[in-house]
Amino acid sequence: MTSQTHDQDSEPPLARVLAVRRTYGDVVALDDVSLDLGRGELLGLLGPNGAGKSTLIGLLCGQRKPSSGRVEIFGGDPRSASSRTRLGMTPQETGLPPTLKVAEVLSFVAAHYPDPIAPGPLLERFGLSAKAGNQTGSLSGGQKRRLALALALVGRPELILLDEPTTGLDVEARRDVWSAIADYHADGGTVVLSSHNMSEVEELARRVVVIDRGRIVADDDVAAIRTHVATRRVSFRTAQPPDLPGVERLNTEGDRHELFTSDSDAVVRDLVASGAAFSDLEVASASLEEAFVALTHQERAA
Amino acid sequence: MSTAQTTTYERPPTQDLPARPVGAWHLTALHFRYQFLETVRIPIAVIATTLFPALSLLFFVIPQSELASDPVIASAAAAQLSVFAIMSVCLFNFGVAIAEDRATPWDPYLRTLPAGPGPRFTGRLLNGLTFAAMGLVPLLILAASLTEATLPVARIVPALLAWVATGLPFLGIGLAIGYRLSSKAALAVANVLLLPMAFAGGLLLPPELFPGWLEIASRFLPSRAGRDLLVGTVTGESIPLVAVVVLLGWSVLAVGLAVLAYRRDEGQRFR
Repeated sequence: MTSQTHDQDSEPPLARVLAVRRTYGDVVALDDVSLDLGRGELLGLLGPNGAGKSTLIGLLCGQRKPSSGRVEIFGGDPRSASSRTRLGMTPQETGLPPTLKVAEVLSFVAAHYPDPIAPGPLLERFGLSAKAGNQTGSLSGGQKRRLALALALVGRPELILLDEPTTGLDVEARRDVWSAIADYHADGGTVVLSSHNMSEVEELARRVVVIDRGRIVADDDVAAIRTHVATRRVSFRTAQPPDLPGVERLNTEGDRHELFTSDSDAVVRDLVASGAAFSDLEVASASLEEAFVALTHQERAA
Repeated sequence: MSTAQTTTYERPPTQDLPARPVGAWHLTALHFRYQFLETVRIPIAVIATTLFPALSLLFFVIPQSELASDPVIASAAAAQLSVFAIMSVCLFNFGVAIAEDRATPWDPYLRTLPAGPGPRFTGRLLNGLTFAAMGLVPLLILAASLTEATLPVARIVPALLAWVATGLPFLGIGLAIGYRLSSKAALAVANVLLLPMAFAGGLLLPPELFPGWLEIASRFLPSRAGRDLLVGTVTGESIPLVAVVVLLGWSVLAVGLAVLAYRRDEGQRFR
């Protein structure tokens, strides 16, 4: 790359995305996306399906190249193999070669790295020692997902990219994966984690980047994202909810209505003033998920 | 799972040195070894590619003593079937296997490891060559022990080279199928090509038994051209010039198609 010498004193970002645009034919998957990722960060990438999360991860791991703009990992182009020696990534669980045994897949991936972790302790760590001699086709979904994570870690990477690491797992299997990610991060590893599971991001991530329709709509820490939107949820039962000002979104299920607003006090005053007969009034702060939906809605309305 | 064992991920003190990527030869050998393992664990693939040529010789040539006892005819029969062996490996181990690989997320995952596409591709070529050789060995053993087929020592190396050369157009066709078609279409096309191409190319019946029109038309097929080249090399009879020209033409065409298909696939999946 052209300029690697200028940031000797301040540590350069581990990964950098600079004014990246990526299109597939007429479809704009990412539009003017910029992002710096520092060492030791655990970044949650949130967004609805098709928002551009997977495209962004594909750019960072060198599978895709930007239509314009620049992507760097460890100061180099992720499309050159030498930039990826300190990168770890999970395959999708459906992608493991079914006829290879667990220990074989792990050794195969490990052999690509200059200084891999020994397979034995890693299988032990992921509770797969008893399965080492089984073909991957015989593993359960949770076991495949743990093996996938072990594959991401086997090369002692400094950065791992996890694309929806727990989708489709039961609660216990998900906890296992989460604790492994948290351990890796606690040891100084840097993580990018894409998800549409908000509790996953709330549990693990310090920093959240929300992507919607190819653009970054928010980039902040978890608490700030929630307060930034300051969304409150007002819910009650009534036959026909009155039309209230300041409501950003309305969910109706039977006679139960949920109103999302940034000013719950005003909405409640207006609700009472409207004279509508209601019951079971609740006011709560929205979860990250609700905040996120409100955020992407605001963006679309704008 | 225990949470106490966090030391697993600790990096060694050398972390500030630039990490040296693993060498290309090492990676090629690695990919070859694991692709071979993957293929060899599917018994039907092994049987179809390695035993079919030998079984054909056993059932159709060896029982007919007038064929088996004539050194020229028996050698030609073994040569024909060895062309069949390399053809079926190219169509299936490259065509169908590559198309199936492209459909799984494992293949793009491998592209995120610190290795370019080279080691995997070279490993695949070696794997195909190994399977083709595995089809050749039982065929040659049967031909040598149960027929009068002979191959003088001086012709062994030219015959091996000719054998690899007959594979070139099919390698191209196989790669073009693999990189261009879906796995279902690849399987269908490979099957549709294999037997008609083998039959019309004189790999199952010698072309001397063909009706006149087929004998002429057949000369334009890569299977026939490959057969004529190898039979001539093995038996020491003259090799028709047209066979060499046709084989070269098909090789150039097929390898060209393969390059186009590969580039198109790269462009769709990795650009």
